[in-house]
Amino acid sequence: MNRFAFLLDRLAYEPRRNAKIRLMAEYFRETPDPERGFALAALTGALSFRHAKPGLIRGLIMERTDPVLFGLSYDYVGDLAETVALMWPGETRANRSPLLSEIVEGLTSTAKLDLPKRLAQWLDALDETGRWALLKLITGSLRIGASARLAKTAVAALGEDVKPDDVELVWPGLAPPYEDLFAWVEGRGERPFAEDPAPFRPPMLAHPLEDANFRAFEPKDFVAEWKWDGIRVQASAGRDAEGRHVARLWSRSGEDVSGAFPDLVEALTFDGAIDGELLILREGRVQTFNVLQQRLNRKSVTPKLLAEFPAHIRAYDLLVEGDEDLRERPFEERRKRLEAFIAREDNRRVDLSAIVPFDDWDGLTAARLDPASAGAGDDAAAVEGLMVKRRDSPYVVGRPKGLWFKWKHDPMTVDAVLMYAQRGHGRRSSFYSDYTFGVWTTDPEEGERLAPVGKAYFGFTDEELTELDRFVRKNTTNRFGPVREVVHTAEQGLVLEIAFEGIARSTRHKSGVAMRFPRVARIRWDKPTAEADRLESLEALIAEKEGA
Amino acid sequence: MRPEDLLCPTPRGLYCPPADAYIDPMRPAERALITHGHADHARPGNGAVMATPETLAIMEARYGEDFCGTRQPSPYGAKTRVGEVSVSFHPAGHVLGAAQIRLEWKGFRAVVSGDYKRAHDPTAADFEVVPCDLFVTEATFGLPVFRHPPAEDEIAKLLHSVELFPERAHLVGAYSLGKAQRLMKLLRAAGWDRPIHLHGAMVRVTEAYARLGVDLGETVQVTAADRAKLAGAIVLCPPSALRELWARKFPDPVAVAASGWLRVRARARQGGVELPLVVSDHADWDELRRTILDTGAEEIWVTHGEEDALVHWCGTAGLKARPLRLVGYGDEGDETPAEEAAAP
Repeated sequence: MNRFAFLLDRLAYEPRRNAKIRLMAEYFRETPDPERGFALAALTGALSFRHAKPGLIRGLIMERTDPVLFGLSYDYVGDLAETVALMWPGETRANRSPLLSEIVEGLTSTAKLDLPKRLAQWLDALDETGRWALLKLITGSLRIGASARLAKTAVAALGEDVKPDDVELVWPGLAPPYEDLFAWVEGRGERPFAEDPAPFRPPMLAHPLEDANFRAFEPKDFVAEWKWDGIRVQASAGRDAEGRHVARLWSRSGEDVSGAFPDLVEALTFDGAIDGELLILREGRVQTFNVLQQRLNRKSVTPKLLAEFPAHIRAYDLLVEGDEDLRERPFEERRKRLEAFIAREDNRRVDLSAIVPFDDWDGLTAARLDPASAGAGDDAAAVEGLMVKRRDSPYVVGRPKGLWFKWKHDPMTVDAVLMYAQRGHGRRSSFYSDYTFGVWTTDPEEGERLAPVGKAYFGFTDEELTELDRFVRKNTTNRFGPVREVVHTAEQGLVLEIAFEGIARSTRHKSGVAMRFPRVARIRWDKPTAEADRLESLEALIAEKEGA
Repeated sequence: MRPEDLLCPTPRGLYCPPADAYIDPMRPAERALITHGHADHARPGNGAVMATPETLAIMEARYGEDFCGTRQPSPYGAKTRVGEVSVSFHPAGHVLGAAQIRLEWKGFRAVVSGDYKRAHDPTAADFEVVPCDLFVTEATFGLPVFRHPPAEDEIAKLLHSVELFPERAHLVGAYSLGKAQRLMKLLRAAGWDRPIHLHGAMVRVTEAYARLGVDLGETVQVTAADRAKLAGAIVLCPPSALRELWARKFPDPVAVAASGWLRVRARARQGGVELPLVVSDHADWDELRRTILDTGAEEIWVTHGEEDALVHWCGTAGLKARPLRLVGYGDEGDETPAEEAAAP
């Protein structure tokens, strides 16, 4: 447990992705089975313990400490698990600290009534970091900034020629402590057989089109289809060894999101795997991402929610049909199979994403600029751009070069004034790299003032960041903790051209608007702040979208 | 007599009327008794200064030769008469030269701890228990959540990281007086025999340590041109330098910091620290309680830090205790005197 606690402690502070992978890989390399397997389960969120609740932990510490001292300490630290880990009394340590495997086994087998005593014994035997890790583990709040994907990437790094996606492929058939997985990755055993009848298959991704000189490509080698503004998902279904039908909905990154969409999962009655876009459809019309987000933000899935926000899949691709894996086949062939499949299934929750016909690149450019006239019709507001795919492209895991391209709409832009800046994290920890920007509005009392409308923390180059950082440091007018207020008057200040993907009304933002994906497109050193945009023009953009 | 006749808290600091002297005065005083060289305790501009020879040497290194009117060295254990009071200095274990000050007057014994720790520190004399009637203690870490782990374990964390990330420079933020030299000595003891690189602000004090006989191995001042070449190196700098432009020129720097505050994770995260080392030169909760009991004092005054919890605990232990609420101490965050911080 101590070695695992040390790993968690390091991960919690380490901001860099690659460094996290190295810390985990090093741990997996030097830790024996089954300890490392239970650690992997903890890191991937595969463990949960029913009886361990914060109230239990609070009860244990109250029996052991002065309530005034506990109150002062909790107030200072601000986190129950950490306060308890830090002030747990006693210097005497057991001869040996418990293994992670013993703890996992103990938590599963111990009856609820005996749990406090058992937990206290473990806490007595561990050091501070060990106690902190144990308490975080059992309360299910590790929050160390390492995703399941990152942990699997670290496992793959143990092998000579194993890719993270290979681990992903065999993952659904595995269970803690994953001894067969480690044996295979380290070249000591067979590749584990994935027995999940509805597994996740890592998706194929596209390159942005501006990166490629597409005019040099032959238009007839490519097919175009709409890129819908929803959530990319994979609907996977099949029969298990006992003949039961199993269906799952996977996110692009391999999280099982079935629980959030029972209405949709219930409708996945086929055998196979579809790559598509999750969308909300009302009376056959695709709703905007803003509507979809209202469903995503809810904690519990109520019948009312299901009725108001019915989830659908618009299918792009067919990866598996029955037992047949189609991923090696050319796109054109998969597309024909998909069309036949959708027609045969006649599923009211699953439909086909239309092909956008075009003869040459100018024709496709016109379709991108006006989706409504090019076939998207009433659904045009939910079109995010185009996907352009080679007719002969197999379905390849990852982001292969030269096969698929995404050609998004040009983003909307606004000229806004830099108002506040905050230091970034990790690589940027000493730079002011988070910028709050605002646009002009007329206040009935104050007259002309800037209303903050968003925050941008990317879009600039390293050189631009250095210049922005220098500007912030030289033009600070006030400090609030980590935040610096930067000069922003009608005469003085800096204009940033902000690009964004969408805009909607918001009750959570004081200005009443919320942007999607804002980033710094250009630094307008040349532009006087008085000429920056006004809140009214953003409101007009929303009105235009709502009218569309 | 009352303890207040021997010692009384004033805005300028603790004043001892029968000796007509201030202990660690906040503003210049005619006569000052100085516990140790940290800037929040040892300020320049006093008239007569009495302190241990090491503390006087450190003050001279930091403030220059004319940091006070006259100086009187008082080696550990020696008794000197100041006014009507017998004054002696005793090891506090905090940094090189740090002392508790014992005052005896009309048979009443008071000890002012200054800052102290009980853990062994290879750069400072070990803390000595001095029996007394009134014990004036610090309480920087006066909460049960502060229990410092063995410093050697924290050094092992640093060396583990250096081994795992040999292409990166490890920048260790540490107070330039005491903490930095303790870390160097601990690194040497752990087998680190490569040169230790120092931010300019650390050099003068480190040289003073060497002159006072503390061997720290080879140290090299970081120059602007060198920074990009220090992959795999350990570089010590003041905590504030971690956030400065200065830190950016190193190869993919790891922000390390060494402080007792880092025991609380949120504090480490707020400071942007990537590798926190819980190494403190102050007594932790267990040491504070043990020390109070060891002195045998019946009355406890708590000068600065988290005094509420410690005063409460004294009550539960049957001791008379009061917080002094002296302001101006304990702000070690940027204890580096201005002219050192400005050094390259």
